[in-house]
Amino acid sequence: MASIMNPTSMPEASVPDRTEEGKLPESEVEPMADSQPKMKVSELDFYYGARQALFGISLAIPEKKITALIGPSGCGKSTFLRTLNRMYETVRHARADGDIQLDGQSVLGMDVARLRRRVGMVFQKSNPFPKTIYENVAYGLRVNGWKGRLNDVVELSLKRAALWEEVKDSLHKSAYALSGGQQQRLCIARALAVDPEVLLLDEPCSALDPIATAKIEELLFALKDLCTIVIVTHNMQQAARVADYTGFFLLGKLIEFNETPIIFKRPAKKETEDYITGRFG
Amino acid sequence: MRHSRIWRKTVNNVMLGLTGVCAVATVSVLFFILGYLVYNGGRYLSWAFLTRLPVPVGETGGGMANAIVGSGKILLIAAALGLPVGFLGGVYLAEFGGRTFPFLVRYTADLLNGVPSIVMGIFAYAVVVKPMRSFSALAGGFALGVMLVPIVLRSTEEFLRAVPTSLREGALALGAKKWRSIATVVIPAAYKGIATGILLSLARVAGETAPLIFTSFGNPYWSRGFNEPTSSLPVMIYTYALSAYDDWHRQAWAAGLVLLAFVLVANVGAKLILSRGMSSARG
Amino acid sequence: MGSPSATASDIRLGRGSRGGAAGRVRAWKLRLASGDAIAHLITLIFAASIFLVTVLLVFELYRSCALPRHKFGWNFFVTTVWDPVFENFGALPFIYGTVVTSALALLLAVPLGVGAAIFLAELAPPRISDALTFVIELLAAVPSVIFGVLGIFVLVPIMREHVEPFLKSTLGFLPLFQGQIFGVGFLTAGVVLALMIVPFILSVSREVLLAVPVDQREAALALGATRWESTWKVVVPYARAGIFGSIFLALARALGETMAVTMVIGNEPKISASLFSPGYSIAAIIANEFTEATSDLYVQALIELGLVLFILTFIINGLARLLILATTGRGTEHP
Repeated sequence: MASIMNPTSMPEASVPDRTEEGKLPESEVEPMADSQPKMKVSELDFYYGARQALFGISLAIPEKKITALIGPSGCGKSTFLRTLNRMYETVRHARADGDIQLDGQSVLGMDVARLRRRVGMVFQKSNPFPKTIYENVAYGLRVNGWKGRLNDVVELSLKRAALWEEVKDSLHKSAYALSGGQQQRLCIARALAVDPEVLLLDEPCSALDPIATAKIEELLFALKDLCTIVIVTHNMQQAARVADYTGFFLLGKLIEFNETPIIFKRPAKKETEDYITGRFG
Repeated sequence: MRHSRIWRKTVNNVMLGLTGVCAVATVSVLFFILGYLVYNGGRYLSWAFLTRLPVPVGETGGGMANAIVGSGKILLIAAALGLPVGFLGGVYLAEFGGRTFPFLVRYTADLLNGVPSIVMGIFAYAVVVKPMRSFSALAGGFALGVMLVPIVLRSTEEFLRAVPTSLREGALALGAKKWRSIATVVIPAAYKGIATGILLSLARVAGETAPLIFTSFGNPYWSRGFNEPTSSLPVMIYTYALSAYDDWHRQAWAAGLVLLAFVLVANVGAKLILSRGMSSARG
Repeated sequence: MGSPSATASDIRLGRGSRGGAAGRVRAWKLRLASGDAIAHLITLIFAASIFLVTVLLVFELYRSCALPRHKFGWNFFVTTVWDPVFENFGALPFIYGTVVTSALALLLAVPLGVGAAIFLAELAPPRISDALTFVIELLAAVPSVIFGVLGIFVLVPIMREHVEPFLKSTLGFLPLFQGQIFGVGFLTAGVVLALMIVPFILSVSREVLLAVPVDQREAALALGATRWESTWKVVVPYARAGIFGSIFLALARALGETMAVTMVIGNEPKISASLFSPGYSIAAIIANEFTEATSDLYVQALIELGLVLFILTFIINGLARLLILATTGRGTEHP
């Protein structure tokens, strides 16, 4: 297991000099070394009714990398994640102001169903439908009008979620017959089936035991090649193990965003350092 | 001393006994009713009884076939009228509604629920029988259909609300539109409860007599279609029980047994489905 | 990626300069085409129909008794005559009968129902409690005509031959228990009604009692109270509003109950102090005479009786709901 101070599986990225200084203005967008950002958020404010939950968030999510969002409870990281696929729209009086872009297109102006096919989500507690395993994975395909062969896609998705071997003979069984960890991988397979460009994971391992957690973390490394991953996690060590980039949220603001080794070894802000070293949280 | 330990203990035991007697007495009423009908009506029940038409007074060997079929017809109309309204109304209240309009709908549904069944009969008379100038299964079905609505509405809404938000979000996150997520995930998740609610509501109105007395009225023969006066099981029981003829009394008991059996089976069945359904849904 | 141009979705949301009134109409049309809006509209229409039907019901009831309302006015409620031949109709005997039978039913059913509810909620072991409750809730499902059948063939003879003579001989000094014994009458109707409404009082009271927080009971027991004392002096008072609510609900049902009462009340529009006397209730006379009514005034007088019953049950139901709401509200007030 990698420790906070020495994450072993981080890629060797060529980081421009600017970020080494550690003196960044608050919430500035990080210039990416290589690819264009997959999603770009500018000056995002978010309100639940009259209460403001997010303050001027600006962030660029790099393509085909794993970005982790960390911070203490109630800091807004889940709220932020849910703006990326507009899941907040199910809540009355929730409002987002600002710009969110996917491949340069405004997310807030897009057809929401199409957005959610391109930006998938896996939730904190696994939520398989009361249907068979097969039907769970096939659901996204059906509602989006998939015309091809379902069987192939279902098999592929389950393989990508590292679940195929365990369920290939019981696809017709109820999804509720699976264990907690398997159910979460089923939810990942279900999300992958519609071939999303971005996959959002909201504390996906918080209800799972360490072994199940490890399986899912392994999975994420493999998935990185397929799609951009954004993961909210309560567990700093998980971010350190898994993520290429990490953003630290506190009280609705994005305090710092940078490559993971930098956040954990040489954070620019005092709040970040205090959180990392456990002075609060 | 009045409040001595022994006195208080005695009171405690006496009250335990008394309240227990109350409970047992109430329970025994059901068994008594069932036993009475089984004993007096069971003897008269036969395949002939279930399949023959009534015969004129004085002759023996009549049956209640037309009453059974008539009740079926009336229930069919009631279901066609009341179930869609109750079900879709429940969907509206659970999935779409705002603040004031749903409150209004729930309030009037409660109001409807409390309307005495005879008044419902008057309503159906004014709205269906008078314009049609005839008693009919349609009128009876209308009265029962309106009675179905509040029951189905309440239970549909309740079971839809019980579906966890996480399931709804899961469907939406995959790109399903709201109506689609409701139709393909939420309603299937709640279908057991909704189905039993419907079953119970049908069993409840199937036993209603008062709304039928001057809507579908009654008919000693088969009724054609839905526009003629139609015999029904409860009205038949009522008429025959009040008559002066022993043979008709026996038929009333037998018919009563059939009706009671239907109602009890539906209720027990519904409760069993519900209790099993809940435990499996929790996975 | 280039700068995003105003797309159809932007227009839909009214953004972009190409908006204005035309844009908004187009926006509304686009939104209507979406499945969500259609689903919302359809379900809303069905929900609204419930509201409309109820309004129609009240309207029809009121409209259809215009004749007697104009002819008799408020006298309708105090006249004791019911004479179809001379077309003189008064509601008093029926209101009297409805009220008396319902009051009697409550008198018998409340102790029985609340007592049984206390037993099932507080004193009985859980498995017995659940089993008995299951059976009692089945009793609530028994159709009223079946109660009527048993009323005629079982209860009436028992009342006529055993119970009423006994009451007459022991309590005959009271005007309630004097007069000729027929078997049918107010008392018998009251007893049948009581049996019909007991399950309602029982099941609501039981739920309300079960909802009382455990710490209330524990506090009493810890102070040395017996089970009964903790129940009667602490739990029941806490649940008092809900129990009253259940009583009102049962009353509303009793008032509107038709078949069982019709079959055992004797069907005579009479006001009498004696409980043995035959009488009549609003629901009973409507059931008996509606199809026999020969003139418009006759029918409409019956409908006016129906309107009276409707208003009565509406008020009582309303009170019941307020009371039950008070209990659930109270539950959240206490820390």
